[in-house]
Amino acid sequence: MKYTFYLTIILAAFWLLLSGHYTPFILACGAVSVALTVFLSLRMRVVDEESQPVYLGGNVIGYWLWLIKEITLANIDVCKRIWSPRLDISPTVVCLKASQKTPFGVMVYANSITITPGTICIDVDGNNLEVHALTWSAAEDLLGGEMDKRISALEI
Amino acid sequence: MIIDALDIVTAICLALGCFLGISGGVGIYRLPDFYTRMHATSVTDSACAFLILFGLMLQSGFSLVTVKLGFILLFMVLSSPTAAHALAKTAVQFGIEPLLGREDKR
Amino acid sequence: MYAATSLAILVVMGLSLVRAVLGPTAFDRVMAVNMFGTKTVLLIAVMGFLTGRPDFLDIAMVYALVNFLSTIAVLRFFERRCQDNDQRTEEQ
Repeated sequence: MKYTFYLTIILAAFWLLLSGHYTPFILACGAVSVALTVFLSLRMRVVDEESQPVYLGGNVIGYWLWLIKEITLANIDVCKRIWSPRLDISPTVVCLKASQKTPFGVMVYANSITITPGTICIDVDGNNLEVHALTWSAAEDLLGGEMDKRISALEI
Repeated sequence: MIIDALDIVTAICLALGCFLGISGGVGIYRLPDFYTRMHATSVTDSACAFLILFGLMLQSGFSLVTVKLGFILLFMVLSSPTAAHALAKTAVQFGIEPLLGREDKR
Repeated sequence: MYAATSLAILVVMGLSLVRAVLGPTAFDRVMAVNMFGTKTVLLIAVMGFLTGRPDFLDIAMVYALVNFLSTIAVLRFFERRCQDNDQRTEEQ
C-alpha cells in the first residue's frame, strides 16, 4: 500500500514536469493516465520497494556527499591511467561479502560499486558480490570495506 | 558581475566534462578487453554527464528547465549502473573471460 | 561555449561509433551503442541551449528513457539465446 502511494506520487510529479499546461481537461487526462499506469503496475505485481527509487531516511545526504567524493577521486585515477603512456592497469576480479540485511541494501551497495569508475559489480548471489576492478588498488579499497560499513549504517 | 562569475563556472564545468568525455572515448580504444573498456564508459556516464548537466543548470537559473535537467541527471545516475551491471552479467553468462593483468605500481 | 561543447560531444560520439563498428565481441558493440545514446542525451540538451530553445530537454529526457530500455531489451535477447544454447547442449 505504501509503495502504491509512492508510485502514484512519483508518476504524478513526472507528469506535471512534462506537461506544462494546467487547464482542467488536460489535468483530468493526466490523472486518468496516472491511474491507468498504477492499475497496470498493480496487475503486473511489480509494485514493491524497487518502485521507490530514491531512498530517504538515515544519513542519506552525508552518504551521497561521500559517494560524490569517491566518484571524483576514482574518475581522476581512471583518467590518469587512460592517458598514461604505459597504460598502468591490472584488471582484477574479487569476491566481496555484503553485510547488509535486506536485498534492497545489497542493491544499493552493488549500484554504488558500479557507479564508481574503476569497479563494476558483475554478479550478485545473495550476499556475495563478484567485482571486476580496473586496478588492484581500487579492489583493495573495496576490500577495506568502508563503503560496506557506510551503507550498513544507512539502513537501521 | 554575478552573471559573469556564473558564466565562468559554467565554462569550467563544460570544459572538464568534455575532457572527461574525450578521455572515455580514448579509453575505449586503448584498453585491451571488454571488461576494462566498461570502466571507460563508466567515466563518461558518471562524471562527464554530471558536469555538463550541472553547467547547463547554472545557466538556466530557477525555472522548470532546471528541474528537467535535474530529472535527466537523476535518471542517468539511476540507469547507468543498472545498464552496466546487466551488460557485465550477460557477458559473464555468455562466457567471455576477463583478462587478468599484471601488477600495478602505485 | 555551447558550440565547442557540442563539437567535443560529437567527437566522443564518433569515437564510440567506430568502436561499435570495430568491436570484437557483440558486447563491445552494445556497450558502445549505450555510450553513444548517453552522449546523444547530452548533445540534445546542449543543442537546446545553443539554439535557445530549452524545449529540447523533453526530447532529451525521453531519449534517456528509450536508450536505457533499448540496452536492456538487447541484453534480454542475448540472455534468452544463452539459455537456449544451454538447453540445446543438455538435450544433446
